[in-house]
Amino acid sequence: MNDLIQHLINGLAAGTIYALVALGYTMVYGVLKLINFAHGDVMMVGVYMGYATAGHLGREHQSTFLGATLVFLLSMAGCGLLGFLIERLAYRPLRDKSRLTSLITAIGISFTLSYGFQLDIGFLPGASPRAFPEIIKPHEWIVIGDHDVIIWNWQVISFLIAILLMLGLQILVFRTRFGRAMRAVSFDHRIAALMGIPVDRVIAFTFMLGSALAAGAGILYAIKDTAVQPLMGLYVGLKAFVAAVIGGIGHVPGAVAGAILLGLTEEFVVGYAGDVLRGLGAVLHLDSLGVGFTGSSWRDAVAFGFLIIVLLVRPEGIFGRVTAEKV
Amino acid sequence: MRVLRFAVVALMALGCATACEERPKTQESETTQGTGAATGAIAASGETGPADANTILIGEVGSLTGPEATFGVSTRNGIDLAIQQENAAGGVKGKKLKVRVYDDQSKPEEAANAVTRLISQDRVAVILGEVASSNSLAMAPKAQAAQTPMITPSSTNEKVTQVGDYIFRVCFIDAFQGYAMAKFAHDTLKVKTAAILKDQKSDYSLGLTKVFNTKFTEFGGKIVTIEAYSKGDTDFRAQLTAIKSAKPEALYIPGYYTDIGVIARQARELGIKTILLGGDGWESPTLTELGGSALDGSYYTNHYSPEDPSPHVQQFIAEYRKVYGAVPDSLAALGYDAARVAVDAMRRAKDLTGPSIRDAIAQTKAFPGVAGTISIDENRNAVKPAVVLKVEDGKTKFVTTVSP
Amino acid sequence: MESVAAPRFSGVPGWLRGPLPILLSLPILALAQWATAQAPFLVYIASIVGVNVILAVSLNIVNGMTGQFSIGHAGFMAVGAYIAGKFSLETKDVYLPFMQSVAASDQLMFVFALLLGGAVAAVFGFLVGLPSLRLKGDYLAIVTLGFGEIIRVIVQNTEMFGRALGLSGIPQRSSIFMVMFWVFLTILAARRIASSAHGRSLLAIREDEIAAEAMGVNTTAYKVRAFVISAFFAGVAGGLFAHFVGIINPGSFTFVKSMEIVVMIVAGGLGSTTGSIVAAVFLTLLPEALRSIFTQLGGGDQTLAQRVDQIRMPIYGMLLVALMLLRPQGLFGTKEIWDVAPKWLSRRRKGMR
Repeated sequence: MNDLIQHLINGLAAGTIYALVALGYTMVYGVLKLINFAHGDVMMVGVYMGYATAGHLGREHQSTFLGATLVFLLSMAGCGLLGFLIERLAYRPLRDKSRLTSLITAIGISFTLSYGFQLDIGFLPGASPRAFPEIIKPHEWIVIGDHDVIIWNWQVISFLIAILLMLGLQILVFRTRFGRAMRAVSFDHRIAALMGIPVDRVIAFTFMLGSALAAGAGILYAIKDTAVQPLMGLYVGLKAFVAAVIGGIGHVPGAVAGAILLGLTEEFVVGYAGDVLRGLGAVLHLDSLGVGFTGSSWRDAVAFGFLIIVLLVRPEGIFGRVTAEKV
Repeated sequence: MRVLRFAVVALMALGCATACEERPKTQESETTQGTGAATGAIAASGETGPADANTILIGEVGSLTGPEATFGVSTRNGIDLAIQQENAAGGVKGKKLKVRVYDDQSKPEEAANAVTRLISQDRVAVILGEVASSNSLAMAPKAQAAQTPMITPSSTNEKVTQVGDYIFRVCFIDAFQGYAMAKFAHDTLKVKTAAILKDQKSDYSLGLTKVFNTKFTEFGGKIVTIEAYSKGDTDFRAQLTAIKSAKPEALYIPGYYTDIGVIARQARELGIKTILLGGDGWESPTLTELGGSALDGSYYTNHYSPEDPSPHVQQFIAEYRKVYGAVPDSLAALGYDAARVAVDAMRRAKDLTGPSIRDAIAQTKAFPGVAGTISIDENRNAVKPAVVLKVEDGKTKFVTTVSP
Repeated sequence: MESVAAPRFSGVPGWLRGPLPILLSLPILALAQWATAQAPFLVYIASIVGVNVILAVSLNIVNGMTGQFSIGHAGFMAVGAYIAGKFSLETKDVYLPFMQSVAASDQLMFVFALLLGGAVAAVFGFLVGLPSLRLKGDYLAIVTLGFGEIIRVIVQNTEMFGRALGLSGIPQRSSIFMVMFWVFLTILAARRIASSAHGRSLLAIREDEIAAEAMGVNTTAYKVRAFVISAFFAGVAGGLFAHFVGIINPGSFTFVKSMEIVVMIVAGGLGSTTGSIVAAVFLTLLPEALRSIFTQLGGGDQTLAQRVDQIRMPIYGMLLVALMLLRPQGLFGTKEIWDVAPKWLSRRRKGMR
């Protein structure tokens, strides 16, 4: 039972991070119909910005409330700027070209960032992982049984921050003038332009918002998993994308639901799939092939298997709408 | 009809291919002394032959860039130090030694490329490398075919030296290291149950897992669960939760230091208080930076300890510190040993051809390496003890030695 | 034989026109084999180049000619490499009594291994091609990527394929003759497809899928076929790779390898076989050349030479972005060498266009 609770907590924590990253994917896709492949890597850059800020603050200041807030705000602002630059320099000139062109550009940016950060020239950090400073001093909040399940203060704080960010986004998109403009651009950007909406500015702002959100997610991720490394964005980005597709890409609450579903599925595959596999293996005599029955070793395949099934069965995602293609 | 003709001609062509194919097998073995007439045919590949008649070129392949760079760089430092010292001591047969090193980004195809380049372009006398067993396995057949002796400083997979009689190593093998930790855990720590968390992306980790599993069970212990992760993961909570519910007394994590710190922290966070055990992949100055206090009280097996009081070990540490400003890790020590074994063999060999050097390396007995005394056995492996180190307050302490 | 059926521009009899290029290639390849017998490094580099050319040209059939976007080509390569490598390992000591010598028998087994690897990869190509029925563009791209990753996870979990260590000790039966022969076959196949009715349908799908369908092109069938052909050659490339490197492990067939191939065809020009070949050769030799130059210039200090590989990946990334911004059609666009060569060279071709 305690096991199950612990797995639930782990899955929720992972899902929350995926959700924040997936929101950025979904928003950008909503307004541009572009899969921003570099999104995960923007997140990685944000984490390194947080790492650098915390390093400058020093050990005493980084874990104060003010210090931690500064780490968050600075890296979110920095990433917002990075998102703006990427959109302005790489995506905007290609907006009228084919979608493939933009996709290749996105992959190019992703490569430049994730491999560029592996160099150790100049300010670049190099390939080795670094320990992320503890900007929230960890202590145990709730202990169930004899340390069977422990809930830490930073887990609760991270969860609250994530919820706050999501609520903020929801309000921004559905309750403000700007949000209405965003939705209009997403619906049809040519007509939006005719209605006097500054499409370029809306798209640029969406990008900045998504990137800042990614930076926030990245810091929470680094607090959770304690280490920073240049390739961290690649897989988180892919998984968040999968989550966005599962929920129906372009759909904000869908992305959150898809992300939490993915986080929990991965967790339970590791926790319990081993037993199921062993059972299946005994029935099908798979052991003669030497296939491994450790549930955790199949974790990497879960997200993609999930994705392929969703795309084949319901390509528009769980919450997405079916749209007819206009000729 | 046309398709049929196409197929017939294609088959004929393949027939011709089979006919043309009988030569290279025997010819490749001569290439060390070959003229390499056609070698310069592509300008792009460059002409980088041996420097001149008064130097002996030693080839080295290592991962100097990428995620495993620290292993390659430490090894290279050790080798460079050894060669500097040997040159200062007069070189070999009146000639100076020089190392040519190529990066393989830790990819087998690049390692095979680099070793081919060393053999046929640079025509090196001996090859040193690689750290990772899969890369050494890519290099070994090429070195064997060209009759160029190869010494791997730290590839611990059994298969490497089984490739042929030109392939040697100066470290112990996976089987021994797994055995050493199983023995230590059972006999010294008196642990009855253990869990294993393996890195499924690394053959090294799988090898240690297998041996630890069988040996620990043989000694009367019980393996309660085996979980897996992939190198580069950052969230290990799911596996650790499963391990926690199995309630082991010790957790064996035969992985690389890059992941160990994070695993240890997350284990403590989940309330796992068991002893953590590991292998030589833990060895790195950044291990404790990443793991912090979560690693206190853990043990790992290693090739050598900087606390070894023997004068030649302390002298090595002092000189290494003078040149590179750091205490050498075990990869540096093994690189240093590999280079010195090679040089020692070249001194004893009657000439500098591959077969003579090979014979000399095979006869190495009781060589005083800094990472243990090296005797090459009939399987071309070094027979030597393992040390067990304990992590305490961000430092490693020598605990004991386990002999074969 | 029958001059009536003979084509207008040459005296080659009709029945010979199909297989003629293959016949012509054989003595050249045999010569190359003979000339490089003393230079294993040259052979190794040429083999790597050859494998990359096969991969680029075959990926170009899907990405360039058909306009789909696959970024999981290394997955097919892995399937071919593992199947062919496993087959060769298992049949290492098998000797076919009807062949004159052991070496000849080995070579026949090698060819069989390659065909087997290619065939199994083609089956996987069929499976991956199927979703293209419902998915297009970016979605398909992600599915191919996911496929590549799933292949990797399966291999990692299967004892038969050696898990993380991979398969080692694969007999090194590859030769420059064999690699170049397959390079030649791949290019020939790509060209023949492009100039056939089949190829026209693929191009129509690339230009406008809905219009193509309206014109009666069975788009799904053609797309799946393109995937199957492309996967077959990628599988063969993997088989060749396994037989000259001698060891394969999952680390050689990652997303990064797929991206390298994508960079090649994008740089060369999506849809241009010539472009794919030129870019594959150039991008494979470039790091080698830089390494040599830096070793020469650097003398004792080799840090630059060692950094070549480290710097390569971010440069590829920037190259992709720059190409898309400045010359999205790549080096050759969709043109081939004879389209851009001086007119007097391409005179012979005019009538056919």
